[in-house]
Amino acid sequence: MIESRVTLNTEVSKDGVLTITISGRLDSTSTGNIWQGVIDALERASSKRVVVDTSEIDYCDGTGIGLLVEIQRRQKKTGSKLEISGLRDEYQKLLDFFDPLEFEESRPEKSRKTNLTEEVGRATFSVWDNIRSQVAFLGELVAALYLAARNPTVVRWKDAFLIAETAGVNAFPIVALISFLIGLIMAFQAAIPMKQFGAEIFVADLIALSTLRELGPLMTAIVMAGRTSSAFAAELGTMKVNEEVDALTTMGLDPVRFLVLTRVIATLFMMPLITIFANLFGILGGSVVLLSMGYPLNTYIDRIIQSADYVDLLGGLLKSLAFGLIVAGIGCSHGLRTRTGASAVGDSTTKAVVSGIIMIILTDGLFSVVYFYLGI
Amino acid sequence: MNTESETIIHVESLTVAYEDTVVIDNISFEVRKGEVFVILGGSGCGKSTLLKQMIGLYSPAAGRILIDGQDIVSAEGDERLRILRKIGVMYQSSALFGSMALFENVRLPLEEFTNLNSAAMDLIVLMKLKLVGLKGFENHMPSELSGGMQKRAAIARAMVLDPQILFLDEPSAGLDPITSAELDQLIISLAHNLKITFVIVTHELPSIYSIADRVIMLDKRVKKIVADGRPQDLRDKSDNQWVRQFFKREVTSNVS
Ligand SMILES: Nc1ncnc2c1ncn2[C@@H]1O[C@H](COP(=O)(O)OP(=O)(O)O)[C@@H](O)[C@H]1O
Ligand SMILES: [Mg+2]
Repeated sequence: MIESRVTLNTEVSKDGVLTITISGRLDSTSTGNIWQGVIDALERASSKRVVVDTSEIDYCDGTGIGLLVEIQRRQKKTGSKLEISGLRDEYQKLLDFFDPLEFEESRPEKSRKTNLTEEVGRATFSVWDNIRSQVAFLGELVAALYLAARNPTVVRWKDAFLIAETAGVNAFPIVALISFLIGLIMAFQAAIPMKQFGAEIFVADLIALSTLRELGPLMTAIVMAGRTSSAFAAELGTMKVNEEVDALTTMGLDPVRFLVLTRVIATLFMMPLITIFANLFGILGGSVVLLSMGYPLNTYIDRIIQSADYVDLLGGLLKSLAFGLIVAGIGCSHGLRTRTGASAVGDSTTKAVVSGIIMIILTDGLFSVVYFYLGI
Repeated sequence: MNTESETIIHVESLTVAYEDTVVIDNISFEVRKGEVFVILGGSGCGKSTLLKQMIGLYSPAAGRILIDGQDIVSAEGDERLRILRKIGVMYQSSALFGSMALFENVRLPLEEFTNLNSAAMDLIVLMKLKLVGLKGFENHMPSELSGGMQKRAAIARAMVLDPQILFLDEPSAGLDPITSAELDQLIISLAHNLKITFVIVTHELPSIYSIADRVIMLDKRVKKIVADGRPQDLRDKSDNQWVRQFFKREVTSNVS
């Protein structure tokens, strides 16, 4: 590239005329070097008459024209005379395209500042709005599920199987690993104090009950919220942004049936299965600790069978079904409510995971209360 | 103009392939400074691919691309940056940054590459938006603009640093005839007054006649250039019947 050289000369004559001489290449790299100098000269002299001599300019691009527009703008505002002399024809044409007064004020701001009260009001309203649309969506979903139960052919089973694989089967390793480690850590932490009372064998009871009733379903649900709910939100969000969802609607295909139902059904099927695996690996994790303390595996298994029964297992699995509905439903609902723009997909994904986890914990609490009163 | 003979882009025996599929097979041409150079061809024949090659996004399967005498593919670091400063690109999908308002989209290159003060940058951005007819939409997000407006915004962003060469991929697709004619005027004015070189992919025949100094036509079947010249000459004198017909608007079915 040609080295961008531009020079600026300013001179005030005795009768108060400011002459600005610009010479060389006035382009996007060099114009910045003299811009402030020109402004300073104009402000310092505040002459009634300004002459800009441009006959020495070898090359001038859009940025250079910008400088000339700026000079015109300032002179028009102060009402003083301006003469731009020696500008080549082709540059003059471009300069004439712009009306300097059009650029009077710089960029008008759109977002005015809001005050705190208004902000709080808006936030509250949006939370309320969120809950309302979540409930409405749940209604739509239940209606679709009811329809599917009565007439299974409306479900696109091929899609559902594919989703069951990517969202469900592929989640086995991570769920298994996390459950195993949590079982191990819990057993280890509990074994130390219990050993002081010679009660370390009851670690088996602890592991069995807490895993089957709580940790198995809960950890699975949280992993699925992070892994699957976010994927659903991103997938449907991208489809929304690309107008694919609109295309479905105009083809007369209901997006809830076409996109959401398959995902919800796939997740509902997979959730209890993954939870069973989580339970198994949690209990395996606990066994490692007891084995290392010298108890035979038989003793551990006996304790577990004595302490936990099918009600504990089934109670946990029932919970996992509810969690599955939350994971898939919230992911899809946020996906479908994605606004336009690239960052919108990210927003939906974040919201899906956060509200998914909150809903999971709340539902878990609800189940605990209900199970308590039912005496389970 | 004595600059007419000065070549600014050399494409030498270029072959482009995706994996094993050859899209463009051994073509050569030159683009002269200040010229409006149009690339034409049926949809899927590799126009966008050629354009992306010419701006050095991918390395070709064979051949070289020289911009102002420098090889854009092998250049690295500062040298590459210097070449890139000479070009501005408008992608077929506009590629505006979705998380930034229109104003910020156009302002970004100025912030990164010039030493202008903030007010000066604002003025330059507004001037470019005025040039493409989008003044007043500064605060809109790209997703709040129509497709045609996004295209014009992308042109404004491509030329905010006043590059010597502008690459435009289907700038008038999705524009109404009036806006499209205004865009043509802008291109002619920039080419004549600022000696900016344009490499444009377009299908609009009226626009080709009014702006193009030179047209090359790619063909999907042979993967080569099947016509090269001034549009009027191709219409009247091409030895390829199909090319003549295209320019007379008798065959349009093969063109997207
Ligand atoms: N990223 C890609 N990977 C593989 N093939 C591609 C890719 N992009 C384009 N193609 C193929 O290259 C050919 C030319 O595409 P393109 O340059 O986009 O055509 P157009 O002339 O419509 O702009 C098409 O056949 C397309 O399928
Ligand atoms: Mg294309």
